[in-house]
Amino acid sequence: MTAILAALWVTLKLATLTTVILLLLGTPLAWWLARTRSRFKAPLSAIVALPMVLPPTVLGFYLLVMLGPNGPLGQLTHALGWGSLAFTFWGLLLASVLYSLPFVVQPLQAGFASLDTSILDVAATLRASPFDRFKTVVIPLCRPAFITATVMGFAHTVGEFGVILMVGGNIEGETRVLSVLLYDRVEAMAYEQAHWLAGGLLIFSFVVLCLMQWYGQRLSHQTGEAR
Amino acid sequence: MSEQTGIDLSLKLVRAGEAAFELSVDLTLPSSGTTVIFGPSGGGKTTILRAIAGLEPDVKGHIRINQQTWQALGVFVPAHQRRVGFVFQHSALLPHLSVEQNLRYGWQRVGGTAVEYAQCVEQLDLAPLLQRAIGQLSGGERQRVALGRALLTRPGILLLDEPLAALDAARRSEILGVLERLKQTTTIPFLYVTHAVDEMSRLADYLVLMKGGRVRQAGPALEVMNHPDAPLALRDDAGVVVQATVEQRDAHGLLTLQSPMGTLYAHGPAHAPGDRLRVRIHARDVSLALSHYSDTSMLNILPVTVLAIRDGAGGQALIELSAGNQPQQRLLAKISYASVARLNIAPGLALWAQIKAVALLV
Repeated sequence: MTAILAALWVTLKLATLTTVILLLLGTPLAWWLARTRSRFKAPLSAIVALPMVLPPTVLGFYLLVMLGPNGPLGQLTHALGWGSLAFTFWGLLLASVLYSLPFVVQPLQAGFASLDTSILDVAATLRASPFDRFKTVVIPLCRPAFITATVMGFAHTVGEFGVILMVGGNIEGETRVLSVLLYDRVEAMAYEQAHWLAGGLLIFSFVVLCLMQWYGQRLSHQTGEAR
Repeated sequence: MSEQTGIDLSLKLVRAGEAAFELSVDLTLPSSGTTVIFGPSGGGKTTILRAIAGLEPDVKGHIRINQQTWQALGVFVPAHQRRVGFVFQHSALLPHLSVEQNLRYGWQRVGGTAVEYAQCVEQLDLAPLLQRAIGQLSGGERQRVALGRALLTRPGILLLDEPLAALDAARRSEILGVLERLKQTTTIPFLYVTHAVDEMSRLADYLVLMKGGRVRQAGPALEVMNHPDAPLALRDDAGVVVQATVEQRDAHGLLTLQSPMGTLYAHGPAHAPGDRLRVRIHARDVSLALSHYSDTSMLNILPVTVLAIRDGAGGQALIELSAGNQPQQRLLAKISYASVARLNIAPGLALWAQIKAVALLV
């Protein structure tokens, strides 16, 4: 039971931090992608989307190499006196941020792209600075996109497995998340615990998706009424 | 009208590609009253307003308003630091805020006072709307809120981009009335873009005619409107606009008007003696006769003298006349070339003009 609680704690901490970091980094990135006409848009969008199609082990493998003592990131962290990030929580966090990036950026980008930008001109003539406009116009009008991005980023991080196993391994209280613990229990033929874990993750995912659907329906119902 | 050169614009924009477009405008506009920028769609009128507001960073040139330089070589004051009020064509209310929150949005950011807010709400009769959501407003109500919201930002200039274009006839005249009353009570210069003749004739103190990204003519409104060489004279709805004063009103609402071209009669139940207003006489509503018929139902018959015969639109002649024995007062008549020949119309000929309709513009 303590193993499950430890894994649950690591999972929640990882998913929360990943989501917060992704909202901070993904918002400007999504804003740029939604509005730019730069020729770098296509390759950058592809890079953002890569984790959706790439086997997680590929991402994990490269990260492991990069974080290792001979990799560029590994040498950097060593030079900074942090040691190697591989098989630590922070290495795991880095991997999660990359792996869940599209699940946060894409809903935000779609939300920003559908925003009628003339409303920002209006706010500018009402003396709102660019940051003020973002805070008081973009965020409220794109709230559904932010909610989707937050939920998807969080849920997808909870559902991670391959990358974590590659980068973080299976260290209790440090890198062992629920999905890895489940794998570990199955390996150890501890099916009763495996059932608890698998069932719990299944219900969590189902409830999250139900809530999202319900929210989406309520939203389209509301905008339908307003018209 | 002020002689002060308060608004100084020099704007250039070249847009290549599919929607190729070139704007090249040099204008000095009065710093008070209403300047109407009039012209067909796609002529760059809206771009001028947007450039003044700082929303068109691609436009080169300079913009000086009331001794403040908003744009010049190496100078570009960001939109949110320019003292403009902007009323957009389509209701541009912030959809996630209530009417009250929309009004307060700009007002808060300029540090407006409670007195200013209360006055604006009162003047535009916004109190019944304050708690409404934006979706519950009619088109006219939306534009009233947009107007109030713009005025609450203490603008140095009010930019109006076809504010009536999205409204039906009843709402249009309601908002036109609001604008006219506002004109009387405020010192803020208005820059008003439209392609509607009635709005132009009613509101303009100063008039800029635009076409294809260029200024065709600019000057005091009545001069430009009544100038026979003006591009306006070639339009199907060519005509003249005259300033008039109501002398009396009879029991049926018939007004006797004194104007520089003489006494005119028009129906205007809403007006009282002493009111000053503008009337518009379309060239197509003016016919010419060699003698003064007294056996006609027409009330408005004026002595005129032919000044010139011009080519009007639609294969008809546009006769330029001086009216009421006033050499400066022009009247235009649109008649067929057959009539010109039959009556032997030539410059210098004295005639009687019969005016079928005198349209009150206020």
